[in-house]
Amino acid sequence: MNRIDQAFLDKKERLLNVYYTAGFPNLEDTLDIAKALDAGGADLIEIGLPFSDPVADGPTIQESSTKALANGMTLNKLFSQLQDLREHVEVPVLLMGYINPVLQYGFEKFCAKCAEVGIDGLILPDLPMYEYEELYKDVLEKYGLYNVFLITPQTSDERIQKIDELSKGFIYMVSSASTTGAKKGISSEQINYFQKIKSANLRNKRLIGFGISDNESFSKACEYADGAIIGSAFIKLVEQDSSAENIKNYIQGVKSPLS
Amino acid sequence: MSEVKSKYLVDERGYFGKFGGAYIPEMLYPNVEELRRSYLEIMGSPAFKADFDHLLKDFVGRPTPLYFAGRLSETFGANIYLKREDLCHTGAHKVNNTVGQILLAQALGKKRVIAETGAGQHGVATATVCALMGIDCIIYMGEIDMARQKPNVERMKILGAEVRPATSGSKTLKDATNEAMRHWINNPQDTHYIIGSVVGPHPYPDMVARFQSVISEEIKWQLKEKEGKENPDHVFACVGGGSNAAGAYYHYLDAEEVNLVAVEASGLGNNTGKSAATTALGREGVLHGSRTLLMQTDDGQVVEPYSISAGLDYPGIGPFHAHLFDSGRGQFVGVTDEEAMNAGVLLSRLEGIIPAVESAHAISALGKVKLKETDIVVVNLSGRGDKDLETYIKWGKY
Repeated sequence: MNRIDQAFLDKKERLLNVYYTAGFPNLEDTLDIAKALDAGGADLIEIGLPFSDPVADGPTIQESSTKALANGMTLNKLFSQLQDLREHVEVPVLLMGYINPVLQYGFEKFCAKCAEVGIDGLILPDLPMYEYEELYKDVLEKYGLYNVFLITPQTSDERIQKIDELSKGFIYMVSSASTTGAKKGISSEQINYFQKIKSANLRNKRLIGFGISDNESFSKACEYADGAIIGSAFIKLVEQDSSAENIKNYIQGVKSPLS
Repeated sequence: MSEVKSKYLVDERGYFGKFGGAYIPEMLYPNVEELRRSYLEIMGSPAFKADFDHLLKDFVGRPTPLYFAGRLSETFGANIYLKREDLCHTGAHKVNNTVGQILLAQALGKKRVIAETGAGQHGVATATVCALMGIDCIIYMGEIDMARQKPNVERMKILGAEVRPATSGSKTLKDATNEAMRHWINNPQDTHYIIGSVVGPHPYPDMVARFQSVISEEIKWQLKEKEGKENPDHVFACVGGGSNAAGAYYHYLDAEEVNLVAVEASGLGNNTGKSAATTALGREGVLHGSRTLLMQTDDGQVVEPYSISAGLDYPGIGPFHAHLFDSGRGQFVGVTDEEAMNAGVLLSRLEGIIPAVESAHAISALGKVKLKETDIVVVNLSGRGDKDLETYIKWGKY
């Protein structure tokens, strides 16, 4: 069974998925942060592939990508860092990134490498749905990888149904019309959208991302979905202090039940 | 805009051959999809056509002349005509597209327009039409470009636009484009994004090419008047993203006897690491929403290009041109900074026309393509040199 499915079977609610950029703040931090997240209680891990032109990201993730690239991060480097991933990390790990570096690496070679090191799924936000269906779906399936699609408050009902058919593992619910890290907190408008999706009876599990940063926003999101995703806030944290202890304290703080 | 069908134009899925498409995150999908669904219908409506034609004529000053450049012809040994896009209002062909897109934005009920700009020409053309229509305008411009092109920044401000510096990445055109896309993601419903070239996700490359196609539409009847035939032997145009070239080629795509010469900026030379000649240095990749040819590292990171001309300083070319290159329909030529500046001075001396540095690249390429004395050549003179005065002064060799 894909580890993503296993994670949602083992734990029915309040799953925390944490995003961080590979090679940030230091080139060799990638595996250590994954280990710390696993040990600290994250339920899923998303490793970001840095790209020179990340249009869907706000300043925090963009700056982390720029730094990671300056540190010398490449896909080859990342795969060598993750060579022993599964000796250390049990939770599902996804790679998230823009399509161009993946295409240059070679899509099938990339998927083969992912399978080899124990990656469970991909999030490629700028890969169009029809391209995925026509060219890449079979390749992902061949290597047992799940592809996660995004929906936003502006995604039409018809398109949500289609995305639900194509997604595997979970659907990434972007909480608002924004780039990453742009908005703080959750508005009533967003609650309406969360509620609508919650009652849409989708096949897939749902994780809410963008604007989730702390215990309060995490708990709020978890009322309407199976869990939530933290990115920019975690990047800021590791930029200050990427020690396992600091990461564990943060994860425990986010996940603790609201008092 | 008369309808053209060609295997070199976009297919129903938004591709030029294997290039194009809409590689966009879901956050941009509704905006782009709204445009995709409506652009052909809006552009095809009689009311839109009437407004567009009226503004091109009375506001932009079209048709622009097709001028027989006698002394230039003698110099290069062919019959050379200049398509005078430099005489358009605001000083370049860019305004053909912004006039079209502002009417489209109005038809879609948008309250605000955003745009990216490199040299500032597209920004000025956008600020101009926003002023004309009373629509709010925000222009993203790389911080470095803002310093290089100060007069254009002030022009945009005089026209009432807000100019926002792009401070990320290399702080130039591609980063301004990133910032504009981010703005659009954050403001999906009330904002129209006027992309200035034949780049970006479908339908932009097709839409911008259609708005610019007026250039070759005019060349055809103008040449018929002057030479008794519609088709020249060669059409020269510079290519950054490629909007003026797309417009100059558009009605000649299927006339295979017309040689389409695309002139790229080789900067200090293609082997120096300081170039913007995408077809010489790039590989297939994805940037700003389309699959195209792209200057990038082995690892798929986009490389910062270089050219003395800010308008050609872009790491990709539009999918329209990637397909012309890939299919062999276009002849691609590189011109260095030095060659372009020399050609700019040459045209000034021979014809009394100081060209934009972008357009000077196209002039320079006249010396790089084998021309016969009987050949009829059209060079699309995309812009005037006023904005580049400082570049000419710094160059100093005149």
